[in-house]
Amino acid sequence: MIEVKNLSKHFGDKKAVDDISFTAEDGEILGFLGPNGAGKSTTMNILTGYISSTDGVALIDGVDILENPIKAKQKIGYLPEQPPLYMDMTVKEYLSFVYDLKKCKLPRNTHLKDICQLVKIDNVYNRVIKNLSKGYKQRVGLAQALVGNPNVLILDEPTVGLDPNQIIEIRTLIKRLGKNHTVILSSHILSEVQAVCDKIVVINQGKIVADDTEENLSKNLVNNNKISVKIDGPCDEAEKVISSIAGIKSVDITSKETDEFCEFSIESEEGVDIRRELFKRISERNWYILELKTSNMSLEEIFLKLTVGENIPAVKSYGGVK
Amino acid sequence: MKAIFRREFVSYFTTPIGYIFLGFFFALAGIDYSVTSIAGGSAGSSGSGTAELTQFFLWLLIILVILIPILTMRTLSEDKRQKTDQVLLTSPVSLSGIVVGKFLAAFCVYMMGVAITLVFSVVVSAFTKPDWVTIFGNILGLLLLGAACISIGIFASSLTENQVISAVISLASIGLMSLLSVISGFIPIKIVQTILNKLCFLERYIGYTYGQFDLSNAVYFISVAVLFMFFTVRVLEKRRWA
Repeated sequence: MIEVKNLSKHFGDKKAVDDISFTAEDGEILGFLGPNGAGKSTTMNILTGYISSTDGVALIDGVDILENPIKAKQKIGYLPEQPPLYMDMTVKEYLSFVYDLKKCKLPRNTHLKDICQLVKIDNVYNRVIKNLSKGYKQRVGLAQALVGNPNVLILDEPTVGLDPNQIIEIRTLIKRLGKNHTVILSSHILSEVQAVCDKIVVINQGKIVADDTEENLSKNLVNNNKISVKIDGPCDEAEKVISSIAGIKSVDITSKETDEFCEFSIESEEGVDIRRELFKRISERNWYILELKTSNMSLEEIFLKLTVGENIPAVKSYGGVK
Repeated sequence: MKAIFRREFVSYFTTPIGYIFLGFFFALAGIDYSVTSIAGGSAGSSGSGTAELTQFFLWLLIILVILIPILTMRTLSEDKRQKTDQVLLTSPVSLSGIVVGKFLAAFCVYMMGVAITLVFSVVVSAFTKPDWVTIFGNILGLLLLGAACISIGIFASSLTENQVISAVISLASIGLMSLLSVISGFIPIKIVQTILNKLCFLERYIGYTYGQFDLSNAVYFISVAVLFMFFTVRVLEKRRWA
């Protein structure tokens, strides 16, 4: 279990992490989501005792990482952003070194073999690390974090550099590990967090902007009363017709291809479903509805909304880059 | 600590550093030995062509000033550059454990180098009866001096990510510490001269080359070694708080 209370880290004037608090329970996978430079790695470095916090506490299974670092570090397996590998060692030598470093008590050979099978590096067990591909290096880094079977796993972008098959394998592995470990994993890949994590903490510019389960995040942010509709018919008249439906809050034309064809964004009052009424009125006038959809926010949009705020349209309009 | 010691020691010989250090040490010590003891007449004033090894051990000091930076330059700087310090600093090992482990590894490689002087002494013993007490005193002096120099070198390597800068800093510092007594000659203030002479590695070491064992010199070198290891721990500690 990891408890973080009012954690801050300042680098000079810059607040890399600014008063964040969250908790990850046993058997929970917590996804740490944020754009580059949001403070994800800094937070993880603090949790693992690599750097110290300016303020606040981080408890690993109830042990303060600053007060009792040795005891707290025994409970942690850490995969940093760049796997900390000694390039001149073989995988076997390296893992054996980490085994000694962590003062591990489990039977050496079987334990290391098990880990290698788990992350599928047993076929490169005797090779020198510098000759391995990026994906293998990443997995050796993950293996290193698993040595000693620590309670808490902190993984900084664990699937970087892996091919799609390996990504799925590693995600499955993390999910499996999450059943009896506390796992914190950071990522800026949204689908990854969506696929793996029980709980999501979104961080931006050192501050937590959301902390909830994925469903709740979507629920709170998605406005279910918003629909968008494409109508083949005179736009101005159509707008009037839609506005006259009972329970409508606002109608906007979002795009207009010709005077006879445009797309509306309609917001209605809570609990009112206007779709049937809308269909009836449009068809009465012999216009056509070509498309009708409720705007469902994906995690990606939530993420953008939380981290960029009101500027989403501006982001979209720059050279068509989304 | 044991794990770090073992890894560091092995890595001296999986990378070229250990071989370069030992190779140059053996070569230079060999040249030193030939010039001062075998061909002795022209170079040594006190020991010309005899079993007298005083000059030999004196020159070894200069060899060490040049070679120890090579031995220690990558100790901590490489860890920082390759980010392998993350695995060390996030594992349940104390900072002093990390520094001492690395120190001992460098010191063991250094001892392997110093062992060559025994070979030279044995060669001398074939011709005459060498003064074994003096020779072991010399070796002890070398080990103490080496411990202090290695500690300074490790401190230098904790200051930077760049091996070359680390080597230059340690070369300059060890060189300076060894030649303080030369500098003191230019400063006409008695008290400053005395202090500089007392701090000078050469002055402290020279007694051993004559076969004198002075406890205060031994304490001095050990203190320097411990002090700089302490500074290194402070540097690592400070980096976490930066």
